Amino acid sequence: MSPEPSGPPAGQARVAWWRNERVLRVLAQVVFLLAVIAVAGLLYANVRSQLRARGLTTGYGFLYGQAGFPIGEGIEYHEGDPYWYAFLVGVVNTIRVSFFGIVLATILGTFTGIARLSSNWLLRKLAGAYIEIIRNTPLLVQLVFWYFAVIIQLPVVKESVVLPGSIFLSNRGTALPLLAPTAAFSAWLPFAAAGVILAPLLWRWRMRRQELTGQPGRGLAWAGGALVGLPALGWLVAGQPLLVELPEIGGFNYAGGLILTPEFTAVLIGLTVYTAAFIAEVVRAGIQAVHVGQKEAARALGFHPGQTLRLVILPQSVRVIIPPLISQYLNLAKNSSLAVAAGFPDLFSVAQTIFNQTGRSVEVIGMVMGSYLAMSLFTSLVLNLYNRRVRLVER
Amino acid sequence: MPPAVPAEAVLLPPRTQVGPIGWLRANLFSTWYNVLITLLILWLLATVLPPMARWMVFDATWATTPQACAKAREAAQAIGVRPGACWAVIPANLRLFMVGTYPVGQGHRIGAALALVALLGILTAFRRFRGKLLVAAWILSFPAILVLLHGFQGSAILPLVETTRWGGLTLTFLLAIVAIVASFPLGVLLALGRRSSLPVVRLLSTVYIETVRGVPLITILFMSSVMFPLLMPGGLRVDKVVRAMLALILFSAAYLAENVRGGLQAIPRGQYDAARALGLGNALTMGLIILPQALRAVIPPIVGQFIGLFKDTSLVAVIGLLDLFSIGRSVLSNPNWLGLMTEVYIFIALVYWVFSYSMSIASRRLERRLGVGVR
Repeated sequence: MSPEPSGPPAGQARVAWWRNERVLRVLAQVVFLLAVIAVAGLLYANVRSQLRARGLTTGYGFLYGQAGFPIGEGIEYHEGDPYWYAFLVGVVNTIRVSFFGIVLATILGTFTGIARLSSNWLLRKLAGAYIEIIRNTPLLVQLVFWYFAVIIQLPVVKESVVLPGSIFLSNRGTALPLLAPTAAFSAWLPFAAAGVILAPLLWRWRMRRQELTGQPGRGLAWAGGALVGLPALGWLVAGQPLLVELPEIGGFNYAGGLILTPEFTAVLIGLTVYTAAFIAEVVRAGIQAVHVGQKEAARALGFHPGQTLRLVILPQSVRVIIPPLISQYLNLAKNSSLAVAAGFPDLFSVAQTIFNQTGRSVEVIGMVMGSYLAMSLFTSLVLNLYNRRVRLVER
Repeated sequence: MPPAVPAEAVLLPPRTQVGPIGWLRANLFSTWYNVLITLLILWLLATVLPPMARWMVFDATWATTPQACAKAREAAQAIGVRPGACWAVIPANLRLFMVGTYPVGQGHRIGAALALVALLGILTAFRRFRGKLLVAAWILSFPAILVLLHGFQGSAILPLVETTRWGGLTLTFLLAIVAIVASFPLGVLLALGRRSSLPVVRLLSTVYIETVRGVPLITILFMSSVMFPLLMPGGLRVDKVVRAMLALILFSAAYLAENVRGGLQAIPRGQYDAARALGLGNALTMGLIILPQALRAVIPPIVGQFIGLFKDTSLVAVIGLLDLFSIGRSVLSNPNWLGLMTEVYIFIALVYWVFSYSMSIASRRLERRLGVGVR
């Protein structure tokens, strides 16, 4: 037996390297990478030489300098605080307005989406008009409209518009009732915490029992009982934990209550109303995506209409709704950067002020983009994890 | 022949089931909660609409001078009622809203550009003119219009009009159209890059797309306005409008890439296999088989993206361009028209709304027509 000849077997021509697909693939990538690096390097060199020509230095050292400009609202801040802290105030403001905006827009959008499919003609048309008006005009115009044409034009504090539930509206902002903790609050807190922790555990236990035995688990009653009952018990043991503090009109401003600035109010209303119109369309599409046969099958199995909606239609539409809903949430967070037009000191607005004072374009843009990217990635990570849980498991 | 049924023996449906009453019952008062909702909405409309109509129409001043508005306001305050709207601000500044500060003597150039677009539009409406020639004409019309509006230094026929004088609705449209058209090739390349089998190309395309989609447009515009001068060699000055266009193109390309990628994913594997079986290489498969089908499928989302971009161009106000929205703000800073925020912003919103809404209706119709061809 002779040893196998090395090299290509006879009869099969050796492929030239410039025709070898594996070599070509590597080569193409190397060339592409080099081109990208060359362009990036060229731009970097330009920035370096331009900065040197203007006598500017780079680096983040300037962040320790004194900011010296006022910020209208947010966490505790003084003009003597450093730049990085001023930027942090802006980041917190952005997160604050985005968070409340997302919560309110989800509620309003869900109701509008369901109203769009209502059997009531008037409600259906009203929801449709709202969606078409809001979706087809720019958010920037809407924000300045809310701020300059609505909120600022409201009467002075003394003549506030009073809405039911002690909500005061004026050109100095919105005053809402506030739940203020009393002395008994810390003694009551463990009861409330126990209720919050126990409720999902009870729910899971009852649901597993239902699956095993076939007996109705009544998970909702058990969990709800724990959620309400334990804090109520705490109230009896420790005394009243929270006090509703109603705002009052005092002189030129409000006394007590939770006071939102006009800027925050305008931006929150603008973002909520705008995003809710998009969420409504997402919800409508999600409900319509569930096949009619599903509803008919549920009715045929003896589910009553409420159970059909709760146990058959909604769980299936949630799967369709979640991915586009995630992108609407991300849009809202990104759109909050338009708050600058209504004078709300969000992260973009503060960054712009920092840039105007220091002239550090590269660093400031890096900080702004980094912050938005981090927020976007974090939000989509959390929501995608949730999406994975509710997604249809395909067999 | 069946015996004739006497007319009085034919039972008509109850009057409560058909006709206007039947419609009301079915659509407004079918259940107790629908009765409640209907009454609530009627009450709401009755409280909101009359004051709005009074302010907008009946108490409004329709003259075209600020003096007329001031007089009307004084008259209203004298008898202690809220003054109506002052619509005078719109016709008095209509030229500003439409073309910005474009030189008065040169308005015909904008008219000519509009006529060109209208002509191409009419030709497109006729099936027999459609073809490669018309596509080429559309593509060539964009640079032609830009040249027409910009003109040349020292030219007698087309004197130079600096881009700083461009503004109003014209600029808004120009920005949106240039961005969507110019971002098209880049967007398609990015989409192909993201689906490439070469890891380096895929990674870099993905990083670009996700980075741009992860930050607000306003930051990209801000970057183009403050960092662009640094990126150019030797302090080359790039026009402000061009910088905004570049920012919008880079922004729009990332979103376009995702739309196109959606279309590419919708093409079944069989199409690739069939192209292979016919002996087409990678490039030919893409260019002749896959892309034509994928692009046709994504026309509706691209129209949607264009509507979004049209609305988003209002952000260029932040970097100091005089688009429709920004013109509105400068009109409001004119002492003659102080305090007319509601009127001006309603007008601007209306202009955006008319165009966006008609485009979205057109896109829905297009979607239905394209859907017919789906097998």
